[in-house]
Amino acid sequence: MLIHLVALVRQVGPLADRLFSAALAAREASRLGEGGRRAALAALIVLFAAGPAAAQFEFTGSWAPIASEDVQNDSVPVDFLGLALTDEGRSRALAYDESQKAMIERQCQGWGASYSVLGPFGLRVSTQTDPATNRVVSYTIDAWEDWNGMTIWMDGRPRPSVYALHTQEGFTTGRWEGTALAARTTHMKIGWIRKTGVPLSDEATLDWRFVRHDDVLTVLMIASDPLYLVEPAIVSKSFRLSPRPLDYRMPCAPGFEGREPGDSVPHFPPDKNPFANEFVEFYNLPREAVMGYTETLYPEYRKKIRGTYKQPAPCSDSCGQAGNFVRRRAN
Amino acid sequence: MNRAFASLLLILAVSAGLKPRPASAQTPPSARDAAPIDITGTWVSYVTENWRYRMVTPPKGEYRRIPSSPAALPLINGWDPAADEKAGNQCKSYGAAAIMNVPGRLRITWQDANTLRVDTDAGTQTRRFQFAAAPKREGAKAGAKAAAPTWQGESSARWERGTSGGGSLRVATSNLRAGYLRKNGVPYSERATVTEHFDVAPLPGRGQLLLVTSVVEDPVYLTGPLVTSPHFKKEPDGSKWDPTPCSSTW
Repeated sequence: MLIHLVALVRQVGPLADRLFSAALAAREASRLGEGGRRAALAALIVLFAAGPAAAQFEFTGSWAPIASEDVQNDSVPVDFLGLALTDEGRSRALAYDESQKAMIERQCQGWGASYSVLGPFGLRVSTQTDPATNRVVSYTIDAWEDWNGMTIWMDGRPRPSVYALHTQEGFTTGRWEGTALAARTTHMKIGWIRKTGVPLSDEATLDWRFVRHDDVLTVLMIASDPLYLVEPAIVSKSFRLSPRPLDYRMPCAPGFEGREPGDSVPHFPPDKNPFANEFVEFYNLPREAVMGYTETLYPEYRKKIRGTYKQPAPCSDSCGQAGNFVRRRAN
Repeated sequence: MNRAFASLLLILAVSAGLKPRPASAQTPPSARDAAPIDITGTWVSYVTENWRYRMVTPPKGEYRRIPSSPAALPLINGWDPAADEKAGNQCKSYGAAAIMNVPGRLRITWQDANTLRVDTDAGTQTRRFQFAAAPKREGAKAGAKAAAPTWQGESSARWERGTSGGGSLRVATSNLRAGYLRKNGVPYSERATVTEHFDVAPLPGRGQLLLVTSVVEDPVYLTGPLVTSPHFKKEPDGSKWDPTPCSSTW
């Protein structure tokens, strides 16, 4: 009985929820003796003194992607638009060869935590609760199509040592802040911030804000990386609540794809990337923007290139859907 | 006794859950006084997404990622910026359905206690977010003629609060003059509506971020809602404010 009572009052939340909990607690207390009443009173004082930290919106469910902003299947080799890369990050990105994905040890490298908003898929979110208190211990975003999924720990557990195991999905803790679910991910293995091989180091941090307005969930991801990013890479992607559950897929599982263990790592030597100018030439884009220089992320840059940018001619052949101008290579 | 104790618990619970009210409880606080978040100040676009559609003018005919309807296609393919310029329509890509995606700076101030004003240096546009308590009633006199559509339309605003602090600004805009969602002539009609939410988030070690989630709906030129979420960094002052006029080509 007392456990039941404590469980009730620990469910801190909005006023209506508090009143409901209090009413139930009062009912329980009325059935208890003097000791039980004292315990109930103490628990209520703790409850109202501590202040609420309950969920501000229903996060669980299936969230279908809304593909109106950049997603990774847009990517072409050497497209670093919208990134502020360090020289080291740029060099490493230019050395990347897509054939690395055939290596068993690198097949899952690109599908770290950040891919939840970089990829073209939706989110399927569930909760795990403490059976004794019924409080949310964690949210889980299920894996899909190579992505490993992500667990957001909500129980205040400490972050592991910096020497602890680093994984593809990393370690994520979260808490409710105002109307948003705020979370932070660390302990990721080295991976990518773009699936075309732009690196994200194992020292990177991802800060998340999940905000829901009506049936739209917007996920803001702020990636900071002392090695490869001069300024944070920010992605905000929206999802719409789906009436049907999204398809569940298995996380990344490496398998033989043609390269034997011990084979060399496919890469391009410095200044030898054959795709270095492709995107620049497709769209008449400024090279420094395609190469991910910081100044290109701010409005001043737009004014700077006004006199030199030449709008590409309209697509006239093999334009694809929506006149999307996805050109094919001439080989 | 037990019943009395239970009642005491309920009273405690209710009183703990209610926030203290100001002395003048009859007068609702103004939107400015009631703001759960502060979005005033100068904010700069941080263009990390849709760079190719925002920082430069995309090729004519490209409308990727916009759910344009078949009715929009002739307009998309017939885009003529010179004709727009000549007709004085060079601000078509700076309307409320597009302006938050145009790289530039926002200056957000309280025009009065119930009107939030957003100025943009790109295109020198002004938006006014009108909270319900105020002058809207004056304009709604019986028989009053509807205002002519404008690039920025009419925006009503309200705060959405979290139960434990914080909140978000919701803005609904209509009565728009037809314009472009992108610089290269992807259209929206006068029947378009824009619903926006403004949220603030900390930028780790580097100040604040303003996230604008925008949903454009148009029964004429869109087959479904267009959802974008541009974001802005807060600047310490307005020293980089640089007004530039509308351009139909840039």
